[in-house]
Amino acid sequence: MSNFFSKAEVTSSGRPVFLRNEVERHLLSGVDLEPEDYRFSPLKSGILILTTHRLLWLPSSSATTLTSASSIPLASISHIFSKKSLKSVFHSPRIRFQFLVSSDGRVFDPGSGSGSGSSTGSGSRSVVVTAVVRGKGDCDGFLVKFWDSWRARAWESNETTGSGSGLASGSGAGTGTGGGLYSTDGSVRMVGVAGILRKEQEIWESTDKSLQDAFQDLNALMSKAKEMVMLAEKMRQKLLAGTSSQTSGTNDEEMGSKEEMQDWLLSVGIISPVTKESAGALYHQQLSRQLADFVRTPLERAGGMINLIDAYCLFNRARGTELISPDDMLQACSLWEKFDVPVMLRKFDSRVMVIQNKSHSDEEVFARIKSLATKPEALRNGISPTDAAMTLGIAPAMAKEHLLTAENKGLLCRDISPDGFRFYINLFPEIDPFNIYFVKDYGICITWIKAVSTSGKNALLNELIPTFMDLGSHTIVKTAI
Amino acid sequence: MQKLGDFKLPHFFNYPPYFTLQPVKETREKQIQLWKELILDYCRTQKIFVIKLEEEFPLFSNSVIERTLSHEAREAFLSALVAEGRSEWLDKGRRSCLILWHRIQDWADIIVNFVKDNGFEDSVMTVEEIRSGIESRGTELHGIDRTILMRALKLLEQKGKLAIFKGTSTDDEGIKFSV
Repeated sequence: MSNFFSKAEVTSSGRPVFLRNEVERHLLSGVDLEPEDYRFSPLKSGILILTTHRLLWLPSSSATTLTSASSIPLASISHIFSKKSLKSVFHSPRIRFQFLVSSDGRVFDPGSGSGSGSSTGSGSRSVVVTAVVRGKGDCDGFLVKFWDSWRARAWESNETTGSGSGLASGSGAGTGTGGGLYSTDGSVRMVGVAGILRKEQEIWESTDKSLQDAFQDLNALMSKAKEMVMLAEKMRQKLLAGTSSQTSGTNDEEMGSKEEMQDWLLSVGIISPVTKESAGALYHQQLSRQLADFVRTPLERAGGMINLIDAYCLFNRARGTELISPDDMLQACSLWEKFDVPVMLRKFDSRVMVIQNKSHSDEEVFARIKSLATKPEALRNGISPTDAAMTLGIAPAMAKEHLLTAENKGLLCRDISPDGFRFYINLFPEIDPFNIYFVKDYGICITWIKAVSTSGKNALLNELIPTFMDLGSHTIVKTAI
Repeated sequence: MQKLGDFKLPHFFNYPPYFTLQPVKETREKQIQLWKELILDYCRTQKIFVIKLEEEFPLFSNSVIERTLSHEAREAFLSALVAEGRSEWLDKGRRSCLILWHRIQDWADIIVNFVKDNGFEDSVMTVEEIRSGIESRGTELHGIDRTILMRALKLLEQKGKLAIFKGTSTDDEGIKFSV
């Protein structure tokens, strides 16, 4: 028995011929139909089309389309298995459904035998077919529409118009013997309704179960919390009893540790330690993730680094209500190390804390500071945090941190005078301590000397003091000021 | 080149951070080294033997860039010289510092050469004569700090090259060379 399905009519181009009022609902490619009955041969690799009335299967190769295109009326389907097995994770998606076949092994097509009325579905039996979807179609979507179409019973409206029988697919014409009347055959209808009812029942049951589970979890948590509270209380009582009854007997050390313990218990808040602990952990975790998402925008605006205090203000302003404490903020930030988030908390040597992008690189900042510090004006007068803040586009406090870090790296050095605190490019490494008058004719020193010697402040001195240039050697003993 | 009297100053003398004690270790070490060289150079050419921290010292301020070394910085630089044996604190309060641009041993050698050059191998001289006598004029010994001279003479005495004895006048000592 090669094919147990009803033959579907197709156009010469391979398109199915639809019944009246039949509408295409969904289409899946690369579908195998595998009946779970060895007597029926499977249909391999075709297109499964769902319509309001039928399931159509067309082979992908057009050569055989005309001969092997098949159809199953939705009316004959008695059950759609919607539960997903664990297998479905590893295998191609599957859709299983059950339909009735008549005793002669043909699809039980209610439409085909609407006129006979003699035979009921006594000889019919169920066959389960699995549609294996190997293509990339939207299997879940298909299933949903499958259900919808099946339940909508569009074919019944055809029946009631009285013209439905004639429109049944052609193959059903000669198979009147086994086909029961759709309208009189209670079993089919009953199966359909029963199926729906069963499905509803399943949904109710699963909802009920998950609700019960949820409450059970809560109950378990509550009972555990209760136990913990009791334990804590017990410990406290014991400690109290211990201290009062044997004050003379215990040595000081033991007393001390007991008092400490008691302090801890009190500070944790014994009344509900577990609740606080467990909820706290979750709270900070959730807060941490939320914060990581939140700071990305202000971070971008601030150039990859933002003061923790600023972030705190922005975050709380964004929250509006349910403000968080600075402590919570810090904890949330500290948790970032454990998550895969693109931001991090950074502590400067000065203990200033900032939030920065993980991709933020100090090198880039240093390069910008260096180029700023080597400008002629900066060579002469140094740079202040304010200058750096303007160049880097960040807050002065932040800029100062960057400058201090750069100083720490030996890029800059400081100048403290009545004029203020300024930074200069570090010349020290270039100066030869064994020949303090020697200046290399390349490098930052000579650049600095040139910049300084052209400054207005020293111009007068420059004119007064002659310039010596030893042109013969590498050394340029040029006047500075 | 900026000058201090007839002393030629290096370029970095006008570098403002040179006058601020640098906090970063490597930078600071280099800065201290440069100051040590400059102090020794300056003292040698200017024949300065003692630097008093609380008094004005020309090298420690730069009027061109309006910078002056803080007391902390002065002490740091001089302490570095002391650690190297190129200077000595003259008091516990570290208010004045003896600069040894020649070490005591070097001073002793200079004295021996001076004695030989002038044929004083077996002569007697007073300490004051060495410091300001006609013979020492034009040599490095002229105007030498008395403390340093006595230290060098005592070193030579230990080596048996001379004998120090109390002279007739109360404030001077005599030296009998036996080089």
